[in-house]
Formats: sequence, C-alpha cells, structure tokens
Amino acid sequence: MNKLYEKYIKTDLLPTLFCPGCGNGIVQMAAIKAIDKLGIQEEMACVSGIGCSSWIPCYFKMDVMHTMHGRALPFAEGLKLARPDKKVMVFTGDGDCLAIGGNHLLHAARRNIDLTVILVNNYIYGMTGGQKSPSTPVGAVTKTSPYGAADIPLDGCELAMAVGATYVARWTTAHPVQLEKAIEEGLNHKGFSFIEVLTQCPVQAGKEVYGFKDPAEIMKMYKEMTYLYKEGVEIQKGKTRIGLLKHDEETEEYIDRIEARLESQGIKRG
Amino acid sequence: MAKITIDKMCCKGCDICIAICPKKVFVKSKKRNGYGSNMPDAQNVKDCAGCRLCERLCPDGAIDVEVEAEKNEN
Ligand SMILES: Cc1ncc(C[n+]2csc(CCOP(=O)(O)OP(=O)(O)O)c2C)c(N)n1
Ligand code: SF4
Ligand code: SF4
Ligand code: SF4
Ligand SMILES: [Mg+2]
Repeated sequence: MNKLYEKYIKTDLLPTLFCPGCGNGIVQMAAIKAIDKLGIQEEMACVSGIGCSSWIPCYFKMDVMHTMHGRALPFAEGLKLARPDKKVMVFTGDGDCLAIGGNHLLHAARRNIDLTVILVNNYIYGMTGGQKSPSTPVGAVTKTSPYGAADIPLDGCELAMAVGATYVARWTTAHPVQLEKAIEEGLNHKGFSFIEVLTQCPVQAGKEVYGFKDPAEIMKMYKEMTYLYKEGVEIQKGKTRIGLLKHDEETEEYIDRIEARLESQGIKRG
Repeated sequence: MAKITIDKMCCKGCDICIAICPKKVFVKSKKRNGYGSNMPDAQNVKDCAGCRLCERLCPDGAIDVEVEAEKNEN
C-alpha cells in the first residue's frame, strides 16, 4: 500500500467502491498529496454531494460531510460561514455540480466565498448507470441519448469564470503532478477556487463517450485532446484548453466582505 | 535499486501502471489480486527511474516505490 494511504486514508474501508481504472482514485491521490505538502490535514473539512466522485473524500481521515445530490456547495458555504478557520474542500461530479447543482455553483462563485471546489468531470452520470450529463459531448451514445447527445455541452470552467470564481484551473487524470499543484494553489487562494479534472468512467461511459474503454487509453486520449493555455496562446480548434485559466487575487472574499460591513455598523459576528 | 511493492488487496488489475510507466517496469502476470483477476508484476524494477508516476496514477494506492537515499523527497 502507498505510504500516504496509511496517513490519510481510512484503510479499514478499503477497497474503495470505485471500479477498476476509475479516475476517482487518481483525483483522491492528487488531493492527499496536495494536503500532505501543505501539512493541513487537521485544518481540512471536506464536503461532497452524491455520485461516485462524491465518495472521494469519504475515505479521508478528516472531517467530511457527504450530503445531498447537487447540494454540496450550499452545505460547504454554511460550514465555511460557521467555521471560517477550516479549509473547506468540495468534491462534486459533473451531474452533481452542473446539472442539479448548477444554480448553487452560480451563486457560490458569484459570492467569491473561500472554498476549493474539485469538479470531477467524467462526462457522465456514473453512479446511476450512465445517463447523459450537461458535459456529455455531442454525439455520445448514453442510456438517455440512444441516438447520440444533441445538446451543446456546458463548460464548467467557463461558467465559473463568467460568474465570478477567482481561481479557475483545468487538468486531467493524465496530468497528476499539475493537478496536485493546482489543488495546492486552490487551497492557498483566498476566494472561490474551481478546479476541473477531466477523468474517466471506463464502466458507464467508455467507448461510446471517450472513444476508448481501456482506462490508460482514455488517459492518453486526454493528453492528446487538450492543449496548455497561457494568455495570448492561439486557440486550438477542437481541443480543450487546460492549465491555469484565471487567478484574480484582487477581488475581496465573501466572509471578509460581510465582516467589514458588520464592523462598519458596529456589529460583532459570532 | 528501487524497491516496488504492489498491494494485492488494493490492486484492482486496471493495468494503468503497465501502460504509463516510462521504463516499462510492470508486466502482466499470472498472480491474482484480491479480486481474482490478474495483477501486474514489477518485473523490470532495475530499470525504475524513481519518477513515482505509478504511485500517482494507480487509482487504488496499491503501489509503493522506495528509492534509495530518499532524503530529497518532495
Ligand atoms: C435528488 C436526487 N436526484 C437524483 C438522484 C440520483 N443520482 C444519484 S448520483 C446521480 C448523478 C451522478 O453523476 P455525477 O455527479 O456526474 O457523479 P459520478 O457518479 O459521475 O461521479 C444521480 C442523478 C439522487 N440521488 N438525488
Ligand atoms: S461507475 Fe464510473 S465513475 Fe462510478 S466508480 Fe465505476 S468507473 Fe468510477
Ligand atoms: S517510479 Fe516511475 S519508472 Fe519507477 S516503476 Fe514507477 S513509473 Fe516506472
Ligand atoms: S495501477 Fe494499481 S490497481 Fe491498476 S493494475 Fe497497477 S497496481 Fe493494480
Ligand atoms: Mg459524472
């Protein structure tokens, strides 16, 4: 067993419920590596919704709330408001965050509340058996799009940036070192951090959605279908940009803003 | 030489490590993991470069790489 597992994972719960080759375990490892590097295990509190990806933090030796489908962000905002001393990290799937929870994403990002959100995007509803999600690519055959998905996919990073998230990055399971660094930066950033990870659900998506069934082949495909974004770089048509997409350190954080407002009226919070 | 262990109870036999190791350290074997499917064997451990990509990309934390003189880790 990996040494970090002994320190950060409730090993009595192993094996994880993830299928062989599922990307959730890779995201899990990147997160514990980032937390280990920052040495903040005791300060952490994780929140997740419902979906396979929402099980990621449930194995952590940390405070965890496994909440309701789509509602991870409201729970996390409440927790952060009550315990601003905690580093709150949210794990949410593309269904959880962009479909049922889409409205909450708008408002949490708009407030710029200090949360680190990991969007685990496998382009499918994995847990419930492979239904189309808002990120499913056009043409993908799923349980709920037997003739191929027709609607234009939703880009979680673009959405988060448009409504006011102040740290936004996207990586894939084929970029574990960069992903770990982005999580570290997200945890250090004071404000709404949104990190999307393109990942694989080889069981419920596989060939019909990614073009490949083998987990390692899907990861290789992610390397090929992405390009590194830097300001001024030419857009590569048909490819997805990855890297640091936005980092705004100027905008004031939500709780700071509330406290300043209360203070100006002579009110002490808590 | 590095020491590589693969935990039989963690490994789910996804073969990611076989595909991603730049030094082709892992090969398919007849050994069974905790699920009864085949697990990899760290056969070419002498070629290991100590990059730890396998540790990062094994979705089940099954792999542990111990590199000699690990003082500069991280
Ligand atoms: C209110 C509610 N509606 C629907 C469901 C059924 N449900 C559970 S998980 C899920 C989708 C999960 O997809 P995603 O968030 O992408 O997670 P993944 O399993 O792909 O990681 C759905 C629709 C539910 N649990 N609760
Ligand atoms: S169904 Fe898909 S997302 Fe869920 S554990 Fe299996 S591979 Fe992972
Ligand atoms: S540390 Fe690197 S070279 Fe060594 S086995 Fe793992 S992936 Fe291969
Ligand atoms: S990557 Fe991990 S789980 Fe997959 S075959 Fe290798 S050791 Fe087993
Ligand atoms: Mg999903």
